[in-house]
Amino acid sequence: MSKVKVAILGSGNIGTDLMIKLSRSQILELTAVIGIDPQSDGLRRARELGYAGVDTGIDGFLADPELEADIVFDATSAKAHLYNAKVLKEAGIKVIDMTPAAVGPYVCAAVNIDEHLEKDNINLITCGGQATIPMVHAVNRVSPVEYAEIVATISSKSAGPGTRANIDEFTETTSRAIEVVGGAKKGKAIIILNPAEPPIIMRDTVYTLVEEGTMDEEGIRKSIADMTEVVQSYVPGYQLRTEPIFDGNKITIFIQVEGAGDYLPKYSGNLDIMTAAGVKVAEEFAKNLLKTEAV
Amino acid sequence: MTNERDILITEVALRDGSHAVSHQYTVDQVLKVTKALNDANVPYIEVSHGDGLAGSSLQYGLSRTNEMELIEAAVSVADKSKIAVLLLPGIGTLHELKEAANLGAKMARIATHVTEADVAPQHIAYAKELGMETVGFLMMNHMAPVDKLVEQAKLMESYGADTVYVVDSAGYLLPGQVRERIRALKQSVGVNIGFHGHNNLSLAMANTLVAIEEGATRIDGSVRCLGAGAGNTQTEVLVAVCERMGIKTGVDLYKMMDLAEDIIAPLLPVPQEITKDSLTLGYAGVYSSFALHSKRAAEKFGVDSRDILIELGKRKVVGGQEDMIVEVAAEIAKSKIANL
Repeated sequence: MSKVKVAILGSGNIGTDLMIKLSRSQILELTAVIGIDPQSDGLRRARELGYAGVDTGIDGFLADPELEADIVFDATSAKAHLYNAKVLKEAGIKVIDMTPAAVGPYVCAAVNIDEHLEKDNINLITCGGQATIPMVHAVNRVSPVEYAEIVATISSKSAGPGTRANIDEFTETTSRAIEVVGGAKKGKAIIILNPAEPPIIMRDTVYTLVEEGTMDEEGIRKSIADMTEVVQSYVPGYQLRTEPIFDGNKITIFIQVEGAGDYLPKYSGNLDIMTAAGVKVAEEFAKNLLKTEAV
Repeated sequence: MTNERDILITEVALRDGSHAVSHQYTVDQVLKVTKALNDANVPYIEVSHGDGLAGSSLQYGLSRTNEMELIEAAVSVADKSKIAVLLLPGIGTLHELKEAANLGAKMARIATHVTEADVAPQHIAYAKELGMETVGFLMMNHMAPVDKLVEQAKLMESYGADTVYVVDSAGYLLPGQVRERIRALKQSVGVNIGFHGHNNLSLAMANTLVAIEEGATRIDGSVRCLGAGAGNTQTEVLVAVCERMGIKTGVDLYKMMDLAEDIIAPLLPVPQEITKDSLTLGYAGVYSSFALHSKRAAEKFGVDSRDILIELGKRKVVGGQEDMIVEVAAEIAKSKIANL
């Protein structure tokens, strides 16, 4: 089967973890890792593994006729993404935006990728969004969700300087996506950093209130179990910590996300679920591209 | 009188005290309490959900009244006192901060876990931009060694905090530990130093006096002790003690006593005491607002709430992790059945 070419923009932790995940893909072929620091450990690693390590940024990549990609992962920053999005669109390359910039529509890998296969730029929301929105959706597809609230607790070590300096972006973006993608009428998100050593594994709690008189406990239990399997297909460390709790019209769901430990440590499930979702979305894009070519 | 104060008291009954009434304050209650505090010449009055702006949630408890209405009401009757708000980054955002400032809040207290000050720069800078006085509020202070506290306090100072607080959220610190902490900060930061105590080990007053002795000039008190766990340093008692020690608070003792007795006491569903649960908080080093949630979970799962709190302490749970309570309660219940 022919493969679709992809490149990674950003040679930090996320970019490097993506690189390792992409090396396993049956359908995606990584061509280049693009950074701006010639001394970067990520670029050195990329070259060691036989990929092009571009240290002249997105412009350098686009200017090199020998390098190509149909899809680019942008793992830089919200600010850098605004420029990257523009030049990649001009170059006709699809972009998976892993920054909080949200130029394109929000996509949760387990929920709404099918609606956005033709888009040239999609945004992966936040780690908390990727972990919890599947559950909001799982409840909402059975009983309409009036209100959904999520609490993401991550280890301090897995929260980088970008997340810390812009912590409001997490709460605001996640809240909106709980509504837009998850289907809740109203969404709210809370994030907590826990400095315990050894670092704690990412945990998320999802509270949903369903419309009065619509509670279908059996249906919701099954929907949650089905959705858990869907997410596990691309994030093996995703699991329910305990059975969902039903109380009146409230359902509480407890999730744990352990990372695959590819490049990032296992406790940082919050980062792993982003890179895993990125690869999942890229694979769906690729299948669609190959199908279109075949026709 | 206002110009002659050795310490500046922030009254927290309408914020931390919100836990004691399960976030059920009404506009009318806030008007009455604020008016009395203003008359008593209390310099700062904090009004917010117990977990800070935007804290109204299933995780922490829903507010009966939108906190912005409560802030607006407080501002309307405080012509001398300044209204303060609390904000925990990760829960509240710049959006709520702006709304509160527009309603007339004059001081923003930005609260982080003692080791996580670097989630606060955005909020402190924005509060400054809005013309507010700023406080870096380092919670669960006992969970970090003194040198780490100093490092984090310096960060708060570098972001523009006018004051840095040692916040004993679990009511766990002993007087000697408070002394060591305030002394270290006094030697290393240039801004005001504050102390916020909880009375879980009946040490809130002793700790506060030690803090003042070491140079803390911003002190939190709560009238009739109204606060999470066993509550905070009791404001009217603090005023009386300070008066006897020759420390000027500028606050009218009789008026505070009247407020405590005539307005606050009737509001309380149960008197604020050191119950076995709040004592366990202080003993195990657990965030004070966990007390009520643990009590409810203990009843629901038929386990001892003290076991839940002790286990939470062992797991080094931090402020805001109320969702751990139900989970731990369920686990204890399960292991009890397994052991039968």
